[in-house]
Order: sequence, then structure tokens, then C-alpha cells
Amino acid sequence: MLDSKIPEGPLAEKWSKHKFNLKLVNPANKRKFTIIVVGTGLAGASAAASLAELGYNVKTFCYQDSPRRAHSIAAQGGINAAKNYQNDGDSVYRLFYDTIKGGDYRAREANVHRLAEVSVNIIDQCVAQGVPFAREYGGLLDNRSFGGAQVSRTFYARGQTGQQLLLGAYSALNRQIHTGKVISYTRHEMLDVVMIDGHAKGVVTRDLKTGEIEAHEGHAVLLCTGGYGNVFFLSTNAMGCNVTAAWRAHKRGAYFANPCYTQIHPTCIPVTGDHQSKLTLMSESLRNDGRVWVPKTVELAEKLRKGQIKASDIKEEERDYFLERKYPSFGNLVPRDVASRNAKMMCDEGRGVGTTGLAVYLDFAEAIQRMGEDTVRAKYGNLFDMYYQITDENPYKQPMRIYPAVHYTMGGLWVDYNLMTSIPGLYALGECNFSDHGANRLGASALMQGLADGYFVIPYTVGDYLTNLGSFAPVDKKHPAFEATRKEVEDKVKKLLSLKGSKTVDDIHKKLGHIMWEYCGMARNENGLKKAKGLIQELRKEFWSDVTVLGDNEELNLSLEKAGRVADFLELGELMVDDALNRSESCGGHFREESATPEGEAKRDDEHFAYVSAWQYNGDNQPETLHKEELVFENVKLTQRSYK
Amino acid sequence: MSSFNRALTSTLGKKLIMSLTGLFLCTFLIVHLIGNLQLFKDDAGKAFNDYAYFMTHFPPIKAVSYLLYASIIIHAIYALILTIYNKKARPVAYASYAGNKNSTWNSRNMGILGTVLLVFIATHMANFWWKFHNDQVPYIEYRTDLSTLETQATEISAGDFIDYQKFTQDGEEITKARDLYKQVSYAFQNPLLVAFYVLAMAALSFHLIHGFRSAFQTLGFDHKKYVPIIRFLAVWIFGIIIPIAFAAMPLYFFFCK
Amino acid sequence: MSEKTMNLTLKVWRQKNENTKGKFVTIQAKGISSDMSFLEMLDVVNEDLTRKGEDPIYFDHDCREGICGMCSLHINGQPHGPKQGTTTCQLHMRSFHDGQTIVIEPWRAAAFPVIKDLAVDRTAFDRIQQAGGYVSVNTGGVPDGNAIPIPKIKADEAFESATCIGCGACVAACKNASAMLFVSAKISQYALLPQGQAERYDRAQAMVEQMDKEGFGACTVTKACEAECPVGIKLTNIARMNRDYLNAKFFKEKTIHS
Repeated sequence: MLDSKIPEGPLAEKWSKHKFNLKLVNPANKRKFTIIVVGTGLAGASAAASLAELGYNVKTFCYQDSPRRAHSIAAQGGINAAKNYQNDGDSVYRLFYDTIKGGDYRAREANVHRLAEVSVNIIDQCVAQGVPFAREYGGLLDNRSFGGAQVSRTFYARGQTGQQLLLGAYSALNRQIHTGKVISYTRHEMLDVVMIDGHAKGVVTRDLKTGEIEAHEGHAVLLCTGGYGNVFFLSTNAMGCNVTAAWRAHKRGAYFANPCYTQIHPTCIPVTGDHQSKLTLMSESLRNDGRVWVPKTVELAEKLRKGQIKASDIKEEERDYFLERKYPSFGNLVPRDVASRNAKMMCDEGRGVGTTGLAVYLDFAEAIQRMGEDTVRAKYGNLFDMYYQITDENPYKQPMRIYPAVHYTMGGLWVDYNLMTSIPGLYALGECNFSDHGANRLGASALMQGLADGYFVIPYTVGDYLTNLGSFAPVDKKHPAFEATRKEVEDKVKKLLSLKGSKTVDDIHKKLGHIMWEYCGMARNENGLKKAKGLIQELRKEFWSDVTVLGDNEELNLSLEKAGRVADFLELGELMVDDALNRSESCGGHFREESATPEGEAKRDDEHFAYVSAWQYNGDNQPETLHKEELVFENVKLTQRSYK
Repeated sequence: MSSFNRALTSTLGKKLIMSLTGLFLCTFLIVHLIGNLQLFKDDAGKAFNDYAYFMTHFPPIKAVSYLLYASIIIHAIYALILTIYNKKARPVAYASYAGNKNSTWNSRNMGILGTVLLVFIATHMANFWWKFHNDQVPYIEYRTDLSTLETQATEISAGDFIDYQKFTQDGEEITKARDLYKQVSYAFQNPLLVAFYVLAMAALSFHLIHGFRSAFQTLGFDHKKYVPIIRFLAVWIFGIIIPIAFAAMPLYFFFCK
Repeated sequence: MSEKTMNLTLKVWRQKNENTKGKFVTIQAKGISSDMSFLEMLDVVNEDLTRKGEDPIYFDHDCREGICGMCSLHINGQPHGPKQGTTTCQLHMRSFHDGQTIVIEPWRAAAFPVIKDLAVDRTAFDRIQQAGGYVSVNTGGVPDGNAIPIPKIKADEAFESATCIGCGACVAACKNASAMLFVSAKISQYALLPQGQAERYDRAQAMVEQMDKEGFGACTVTKACEAECPVGIKLTNIARMNRDYLNAKFFKEKTIHS
């Protein structure tokens, strides 16, 4: 049933061979095809620009006021590439291996190897576009070690690599908009996929400014719409990030894979109160020099929480540098899931700091002593400023407080090796798909994957599908499916606008977030998940009976935009819980309390769970069908991850 | 030529014209100041009146003076065009605007300062330039004894004056000239005019502190090593020394003559 | 760290859409925590409005960590509020005091029409970038990333120019609603890098031309843009743009955009 279309042959040759086997579209025929790209982040912008350069007609859609504002822009740390510029033993194979291992052996070997292969081209491409990467005095590109990697393979542009890479892709996109090959629709939200004879042939969008609901036709549709971390209400995602495009595609037949795999990032600024709208991430690079600790005793922690003592009052021997203690070889640089879970454990033990007790210290005192304040400022100045801005605490003088927050979702639409979902003609790229990070994503890999998919994978694979269509005819815009789908979307909008209850959309969203964080967050167990399932179902009912959506369709309508997105989160949330229930092993970001080593580390169950869970939608309030794609490991040996 | 045309009609081109005319006017100010320093000479205005004749009759300087008039007019017209253009760029004003938080007053009000200066230039030219050119100033004769170098000055009537003359007769150098010096001295007995001149020089100071520096910015001249020099010149030469020296003239005549 | 609660009077610009006239509406914001960001304060106000059945205030925002450039707001006479070097989403209520009146307006510029309440249309910026804000290279077939060394000092300066988040505060702050800081930052980034040299002079001309077409004002060098820029883009960029533009117009023989 699920054909991942992984090519035959040795791992390192799969992609080259596959590229050769893929059918090509004659240059003169490319202009007869139109491709729809939804989302203009790294994956979307790079795909749209590359496809337009090849000669395809492209339409892009984004909900922001400009393609440049997609949330890829917020990535701070860097982008990995197996360039081995540092002569420190890196290679394509090592990057592949690290990514597979980091993903806790829940990703496809072939996909990950391809990612490692093209990673080197990404850097070249970005440099050629004028992306101002950090450089050394000799004028060559600088690298740093990131996210626990043993080699320095991360390319970066101070603390805003995401913005610089996105602006690079955006500039390539702009060039194509200028030539007329790309038509860019901004402040447009995609609300459905148009299906004709089982193939994706277009999308329905709502113009957020005028409320107009329009159908757009295309020979293929690329969803590059990012992740669904906002199901937790509080996350490091942008306020507008949503699952709607992916979810509506799921409801049209695209399988949703591994929805329970969410990444909790360890270094975020802790929550201060109910008013909080989002969580702010601080780059993981802080852990290169910062030391994570909590007081050794609950009593001391309590005094800290009450403000009776300050962090500096706690003597060295009364501090527990728990990551260094538990993982001597990786220390503070253990992968994200490990660091996050340990912080939660400390807080659960009652040793958390800050007024809420939901924080641990990230201390730079030793780094400042070792390198001097100026060096620390040069390295982390912007992050320290940001922290100071938000918390009003000076991190040069007192340790930062950090706490984990939802950051990335490894799960997403199921795609085959060609990045095509289970709907022919519908592709998913970047965070929107599930493909490369397994159960946990390594730092500086998201940017790599988004650009790999957009620049170097989809331009090859989409042509094969288009050739196989066997016709160059334009999509028939008059086909009844367009109007029918448009009408369905219109009705749904009307239904939302008719809701006049007593709760705001945010009320419901916050409740959903609490449920997800409590029962489907950093640690999950069967009872909690079962409880969560019931709670979400009730909440969904509450939404449809007691929420209020104000205003009209024909205007910028905040409530309406949010309502549509939260309605989808309410459905996705339940699927995440189902998936987490099904996967009774622990792996990567998915930690089932029932499946732990005696030391409390995640314990995989390769015998029963070395598969991708791909869920098929069966209609509203119907249980979804689980399809399993077995993961075959021919090149790496599955080991228990150990960072001791 | 269309490239030039486009270049000059673009916002940058218009600013280029403002910058070039402005800088030219700045250089003129230096020359003008040096010349006018003769006013402080206690020689019954002989040096000053000689200078006035030279400036109005030496052909290259005459040519430059037309360039000067053109510069003033173009600078003013382009300022007007740009002001209208800039107003159009923000048709709805802010209800609350805290300009002082992010910029200096003079940089935001170059138009007002410029208008003050334009009125000043008109008054100034009407008082001196117009009168000088239309025979509305008194005439004077200087007799310098070439052996002692002592000069005697006597006012002469219009009938005795044909044109500016300088000749030697009986061991004396005789100069007949239009007495702009007296006109200056006379005009600056009016306290209102003196006050206006001082005010205008204050405006000049503010206008040039911003304008001189900005002209270089508009031309694209920006260099870490040399910009501090420009800033120094803008403040000390054009912002302080030149306006004070100019303002000293009416005050000198008002209080000391 | 010491959290305070305050009550504020907001004077907010409300405008239904591009074609209707707007006006100021006074709204009381009660029980605002000093730890909230400015936008979280507006969230709280909006939740209240929604509960009362009134249309919430529309404002642009997205990442809320100061990088996407989506948030705007002219607060008490200053773009992004009283704190310099920060976006509205990173402005916290501790910059205000109990009982204060806060005037909140949209960016004002002919090139940025108000589309609802506090949100404006900034697509003019996109069109300027589309006119030439790129290096014309296709995907693939580019030289190795280390093939051309770039002096660190140049790379760093190009980076400084590239940090522009495209929020439009420079236009909002400028008394002439000029976009020169924005345009020059992009021109500078490429002008400083070897990769940008091939199209350097065409780019400067094309982008300036589009900027003029959009109806932004001229530069009077008030430096308000530099002072209000949340990421500290320098005025030096404008000088560089002027230099390249004038250079192209007067000294380059071939010009694509005549």
C-alpha cells in the first residue's frame, strides 16, 4: 500500500541513479505546466524559484504580507553541510550517520543520505546568491560545532542564519517574480486541495484582505507550509504558523506520518504568565559555553523561588550541573531531547528555579571568567540582549533562566522518496513533511532540509510526475471539482462565522495547548494520553458550540483566521495523541514513560516499532487507519543512543 | 541624454542638484566673507569699495556671479519641488509625532530655515546689490598722497561721478567710487534690520551644520577617515565661524559706528 | 523582574479598510502586566473586545521575536515605540507607566496604504526587491562556497546591511516617508560582496527607479531612520547607494535601465 519508492542499489548511489532514471520534461514543454507552491519559507521559496528558473509557471501563496516573512526567518543557529572545510573528519557519510542516529533510527536511510549529499551544494548556492555567511580572517567560510556534533560543519550568519538563507531564497524568488514566471499571492491562506480523478489539481485559497475564496489550478501542488507546533498554543513558532494546509490535504487523502514526533527545545525563555503569547527560543549555541545547573537541594530551590536568595548566593558545591554529571562525554551539548527531558526532571523533582519553578539556570559566569566578557559579548551579544529585553535580567551578571519549549515537529505529511504525498501530484517539502529527521531533529538540520528539498530534490522529482501525466494540456478550470471545493470552503467559512458563543478562539486554543503540553508533551504515558483524547474530543465539541467568531468574511478578520486554524488543531491534536498511544516505545522526542532504561533514558523498541506510522483520514470523528512503512536499515547498526 | 534626464529627475538626482548648488553656495560664502572683512578696515571704506567694484566688474567673477544667482534660484526651486514631493509621500500626518527622539530640529526644518535665508537674501540684495547697481548709493572720492600714503575721503555728488576711476595726479592717487561702504553703514543703523540679519545668520548656522554634511552624504561621499573632517568643517567653519563673522558686521556698524 | 500591574488609556487608530476613513478610538486597557510585550497587551485588549462582541484591533505580527519584520505600530510618536533598537513585539510594557495614555497609529506613507486598523500594505518593498534585489544565478552550477575568499571585514559589513528585516520603520520614522534606508541596505549588501558585482550598477538604478515609482519621499538626512531602525542599519548604506547610482548614471557607458 505505502510505496516509499526508495531506489535500489548502494546507499551512496541511490540518488544519482534515481536522478538518471527520472523522466525529464522537454524545456519547451515546461512552460505548459503550472505548479502551485503553498508557503514561501526556505522550502517554498527555493522550490518556486528553482522551478521557475527551469521554465515552469509557478504560483506562490503565503499568509504573510510578504514571502520574506515565513517563519524560516527565525532560525538562529546555522545550517549543516558536509563540506569538511575544517579537515576534522566530516564527510557525507558522517553527516548521514549523525542525522540517522540523532533521529533515533526512525528516518529513512535513503532520504537522509540524499540530504547529506546535497547539503554541500546548498552552501555553494547560498554563497552565490550573496548570503553573507560568517567568514574567517582569511576570507573563507567559518564553521562551528553545533547541537552536540563532534565536527564543525555548521555554517552560520551570526544569530540569524534563517533570515539570511530565507532572504537568499526570497531574492531568487523575486527575480522570478520580476520575469513573470512566478505569480506571488500574499495574504492568501490555502484552505483546501482540489482533487480531480484522484490527483491534486489545484488549491482553494482565501484572500485574507478581501475574503474572496478562489480556486487556483495547477498540474502539481507543493505544500511547504511548515510544522504544527502551535497545536501547543505556546511554542517557538510564529503566531500564524498552522497546520491548516497540511491538515486539509490530509482530509483529502494525504497520509499524516508520525504526528507524535515533536521536538522540545531546551533553551527557551521560561513562561511568565497567562498572557504569554509565544515562547522565545535562544540559540542552542549558548550551550557551547553556558553551563546548565539547578540547586542540589529542594530547600535551596524553594528559597530561590521565593526570592529569599539569589543564584549567586548558592555555593559551587551546592550546585548540580546535571548534564555534565550525567553525560560526562557530551556534557551540556547533549541532543535537544535529552537536555529538555533532564530539565523537566529537575523541575519535577522540585529543584526548578524562577518564580514558577519551571526553569533551570544556564550560567555564563565560568565562560566570562575564561574568555572575558568582551569575547562572550562578541559571540552571544545579540542573544544576551534579547534575553535582557524580554526578562529585564542581565545575563552577564546573573545566570539565564531557561526552560524547554515546543520548537519543531518532525512528523508531517507522509511523502515518498520523491517527496510526493499519498495523493498523486501533491508534494510536501521542508518541515511540512516527515521525511528526514526521524524522531528527533539535530540542530542546524531544518534549514538544510528545507533548502535541500526546494533547491535540489523537487526540481528533479516533479518533472517525472508531470511527464507521466501524458499530456501537456492545461488543467481544466471549468471542471466541477473547482467550484465544488470552493463552495465547500465557503460553507465552512460561513459555518465558522455563524458561531456566536461565549468563548474566544484563544480560550479554546489555550486549553488545547494545556492538554497537549500536559499529556502529549515531553513525557507521555498511556493513561495520560487516553485522558487527553477524551479531553480533546470534549474541547472540540465546546469549540463548535460555544466559541464566538466575529466580523464578516469580506475583511481582514482576526477571529475568523484563528478559528479556522484552531478547528484544524483540534483535530490534529487527537491524531497526535492516537499516534503517541500507538507508539508505546520511546524514541527521540517521543518519550513514553513506560519505555525507559533503568537510568530513565528513552528506550526504543526496534523489534516492534521500526516503522513510520502513516495515518489515513476516514471522515469526521472517525478513527483513522494506521499504515506502517517498515524502516529498513542496511547501512547503520541500530544502537541505543548514548551520550554518557 | 535620457540617462542624464532620468538621473536628474529621480529623487536622488534632485538631491544631487540640491547638494551641488548648496556646496557651491557654501564656497561662495567663504569668498564673500573674506571680501566683506574689509568692512572692518578703518579706511573710510576704500578697500571695501574697491573690492565691490572688482567683484562687479572683473569678467570671470561676473560670470561666476550669474552662476551664483542661478544656484540660489535652483536651490530654492528644487527645495520647493522636493518639499511638495515629500509631503505627497505622507498624505496623512501622524497625530503623535516625536521627532525630537530620533532627529535634530534643524534637519527636519531645512525648508523653514531655507525660507528665512531666501527672505534674507532678497532683503540683502535689495539693500545693497540693487542700490549699488542702480546708482542709489552715495559716491566718494579718495585722494591718497603717494609720498605719505595718507588718504582723505570726500563725498562727491552724482554730477561729479562718471564711473569708477582710479588715476594718479600730482603725486596723488585719486579714486572715485560708488560708496557701498556708506550704504552699509547707513543701513545698519536700523535696529530691525540688524536684528533680522543676526536672526538670519542663526538660521544660516543651523542650515549649514546640517546642509554641508548632508551634501556630502547625498553625493555618496562617506568615509570613516574623512567624514569626521567634514563634520568638523560643518560645525566650526559653516556652523560657527562664518555665521558669527557675518553677524558681527551689522552689530559692528550698529554699535561702533 | 519585579512585575507591576498597570491601567492604560489607548488611543487606537481604527479603520475598516483601505476605502473608508479611519478615526481614533479610546480604549481602556486594565490590569496590564509590566512583563507583557506590547503585542501581548493588545492581545489582552482584543480578548476583552471579542468577549464584548466588538471587532478586535487588527495589527500585523507573526514571529514575535523581532526578526520577521511583520509587526509595525507607531507608538506615542515613534515607530516600534519609545525603545530604540527593538521591534514592537520585543517592546515590553515595563517601558510604560501606570495611567499613561498611549497613541497607537499605523505607519503613515502614501506607499503604505492602511488596509485595516493598524495594518498597512508594504508590498511596495517587495516590488523594489523584485526590481533588482538579487544576484542572477540559477540553482546549481555555482562555484564552491570557498572559491572566492571575501575579506572578513567586507563580509561582516555586508552582513550588517543584510540584517534589515523589512519592517518599514525607516519609512515610518522619516518625515518624508523615504525608503532609502531599506533600499540602500539591500543595494549595499550586494555592492559589498564579490557575488554582487556583475549587476551592481544595474541593480542600483533599477531599485532606485522602482522606489521612486512607489511614491516614497526623498532623503533629507535627518537620520531618523537610522535612530529608529530596530536592527541598526546605518546611514552609510544610503551614501553607498547614492554613490553607486550616480556613478552608474554619469560614468557607466552601458546601462540597461537607461
